[in-house]
Amino acid sequence: MANHSNHAVSAAHGHGHEGHHDQDALRQMGFWFFLITDCILFATLFATYAVLHNNTAGGPTAKELFEMPGIIAETFILLTSSFTSGLAVLSMNRGDKKGLIGWLIVTLVLGAAFVGMEVTEFANMMSEGHKMSTSAFLSSFFTLVGTHGCHVTLGIFWMIALIIQLSRRGINSTTKRKVNIISMYWHFLDAVWIFVFTIVYMMGVM
Amino acid sequence: MWDKIKDFSSDFFVTGDPMIYGADVAIVLVSVAILFVLTYFKKWGWLWREWLTTVDHKKIGIMYILASLLMLFRGGMDALLMRAQLAAPDLEFLKPEHYNEIFTTHGVIMILFMAMPLMFGLFNIAVPLQIGARDVAFPVLNSVSFWLFFAGAMLFNLSFVIGGSPNGGWLAYPPLTEKMFSPGVGQDFYIWGIQISGIGSLATGINFIITILKMRAPGMKLMKMPMFSWSVLASCLTIILAFPILTVTLALLFIDRFAGAHFFTLDGGGNPMMYINLIWMWGHPEVYIVILPAFGIFSEVVATFSKKRLFGYKSMVFALMSISIVSFFTWAHHFFTMGSGADVNVFFAISTMIIAIPTGVKVFNWILTMYKGKITFKQPMLWTMGFIPCFVVGGMTGVLLSIAPADFQFHNSYFLIAHFHQVLIGGVVFGYFAGLYYWWPKMFGFSLDEKLGRWVFWLWNIGFYVCFMPQYLVGLMGMTRRYSTYGWDTGWFGLNLTSTIGAFLMGAGFLVQVWQILYSIKNMQKLKDTTGDPWDGRTLEWTIQSPAPFYNFATDPVVSETDDFWEEKQRIAAGGKPRPKPALAPIHMPKNSGMPVVMAGFFFFAGFGFVFDWMWMAIPGLIGVAASMLVHSFRYDTDFYIPVDEVRRTELAAGREV
Repeated sequence: MANHSNHAVSAAHGHGHEGHHDQDALRQMGFWFFLITDCILFATLFATYAVLHNNTAGGPTAKELFEMPGIIAETFILLTSSFTSGLAVLSMNRGDKKGLIGWLIVTLVLGAAFVGMEVTEFANMMSEGHKMSTSAFLSSFFTLVGTHGCHVTLGIFWMIALIIQLSRRGINSTTKRKVNIISMYWHFLDAVWIFVFTIVYMMGVM
Repeated sequence: MWDKIKDFSSDFFVTGDPMIYGADVAIVLVSVAILFVLTYFKKWGWLWREWLTTVDHKKIGIMYILASLLMLFRGGMDALLMRAQLAAPDLEFLKPEHYNEIFTTHGVIMILFMAMPLMFGLFNIAVPLQIGARDVAFPVLNSVSFWLFFAGAMLFNLSFVIGGSPNGGWLAYPPLTEKMFSPGVGQDFYIWGIQISGIGSLATGINFIITILKMRAPGMKLMKMPMFSWSVLASCLTIILAFPILTVTLALLFIDRFAGAHFFTLDGGGNPMMYINLIWMWGHPEVYIVILPAFGIFSEVVATFSKKRLFGYKSMVFALMSISIVSFFTWAHHFFTMGSGADVNVFFAISTMIIAIPTGVKVFNWILTMYKGKITFKQPMLWTMGFIPCFVVGGMTGVLLSIAPADFQFHNSYFLIAHFHQVLIGGVVFGYFAGLYYWWPKMFGFSLDEKLGRWVFWLWNIGFYVCFMPQYLVGLMGMTRRYSTYGWDTGWFGLNLTSTIGAFLMGAGFLVQVWQILYSIKNMQKLKDTTGDPWDGRTLEWTIQSPAPFYNFATDPVVSETDDFWEEKQRIAAGGKPRPKPALAPIHMPKNSGMPVVMAGFFFFAGFGFVFDWMWMAIPGLIGVAASMLVHSFRYDTDFYIPVDEVRRTELAAGREV
């Protein structure tokens, strides 16, 4: 039922455990709504990119700039990390704390590799003189892809904090909720990357 | 060394204007006075425990309302300064640059730092009580929202004395606001002030959606929910879809200014029109975000003071929701003159006309609710009665503006200024005042003096018409907005002078209002609300004592129909037995948290650093923000239980049966 309230449940049980469960459900739902807002945020950046991507102002075009092998490798790394974060949740649901932490570590290492490759890609472009200030195309490119990269970076730090909490407290309703939420976040970033890959890189070089 | 300090401070502080020196002195004196009072009366601990760290939605609501009234004062002063400058032709009361700053800060403050927080304040006060919840879904996040708003508002206001105010208009259109044309820090104060408080608004949107969807009392189906809560839901859905666009737009403008990017510049392939589209994709929904809750308040007030069920409940819900959707498809009517072509303009003209329909439906609903009702003209009802004709006229002039070919004449004239002030003052401000008078007893346990309230009402109302009706005319005569002065040959003198007189009447209204609040505090005992139900109300917030205890409801309320409390009272009056009260149980409550205020402090710090390009300040600020979140994440001991004894004691002390 959409409208059962958390205190009604906790009052019915007389003590707090049920209340905690419900608070966890609220937070997961809240996070879904946060993801909606993040969707709009990326949609706005994509729209900006779509409007400005041909305004190269004498600077390089997408075709001249993008080196696809590295991008494809990045893509596979991120997709794999999404899969391993799924494996982490499966371990958690089995109550396997070791497996959970192990898969989270694999996920964040893959995430770090992705960010590392992206930073290298950006650094190469900039060392060749293709900066944000070169053209509207590059402004919108760096901002869109960089915003995604910042999200992944944030996710990595978040995951580290979560691993520490898991190792201290084990799997309980609170840590379970936190793992569920970060895995939602991670899958979401994966989905956004698919759009980045398609719209920015694939359509850029085609 | 000394010269360097002098150089720095003459840039850093705003100098050269006696009014600003006056403000400097006032700010220093007030700050010293506050510090002294807090220290002398040993109130620091009290302030920290009871207010700064509170997660109680009612206290957060009160802080929002207090801050918004302060902002109303500042925004109002800006308005009066502008009207003084325009009172007669060729006045040199304000220099043109100063005038530009004032119309910019007036607009930003009134919409983002007055209307929004007043609205959030009323959300916080009323929604959890109306739906029978103990708090909002995420109490700590709620506190984060407030403190981010507060940090953003303070950062923005600081520009008045430090660095210089923004002067590019309330929506800061580029290329004017790009570094090339606005090299000062004012524009950066604008960006960061709004950005920081905008994050808070977004979080409030999510918070109240979840609260309303998941925390209603058992039995309160969505279609039995009080109309104010419906309007909050509609408004919050609009917030979460619109505010991310604002975040991105301001971020892009900042990247342009900070990193030399070319989103909206004239060179490098930038496109300033992109900004204008983006900002209005947020900006137009934004005006509906602030007006929808006012519609909700009027619906509650009209039903309560007519002693009738709201006419057309379902059509009202449908109207609210359809407005929140259609509001996303009207943005281009703000720039019909941009040259997007006839096809685009036709689409936006028609969508704008369509959005007037659900609004019209609501007006009929309110009128038909009053029809054959037993109306009492207490203050909330008075404001509602003032609102209806005002908003109808304001809405009609909006439809006139929506006709794209005609808009080429009206565009950016005083006709437009008069239109949006009529819907924003006549709609939003009157609405929130109605809400403030309506829920005041629930917040503080006493109501506001009726007699002074009538003075307030008439001063504001008469002042409004005297101020803005002439502006329609002077707009049709060709006066455009943002003129800092005009000549004798224009023939606009009489109308402008009248308009200025009206503005000062509204200013007098505000002063009487402050007096009314002080007077009512002094006579609190006489105005005390002992029943908890001063207006013979219809919804759950009136079932509990005033002021509401911090746990809201001693036992969980159960609801079976719309306006459940009213129906229950009718049933008991007809000889029915009251519903049996469930036994008291320990109440589960969230603990206070210092994280929100600390995090907002770091945000302020970071924002200030970004304004001046001081990375040594911005980066530690951002690290502080992240650290506050991490510390919070590691805290597991976040809630507690109020024992039954304490609940019983509190209820008995308020004269309630348990």
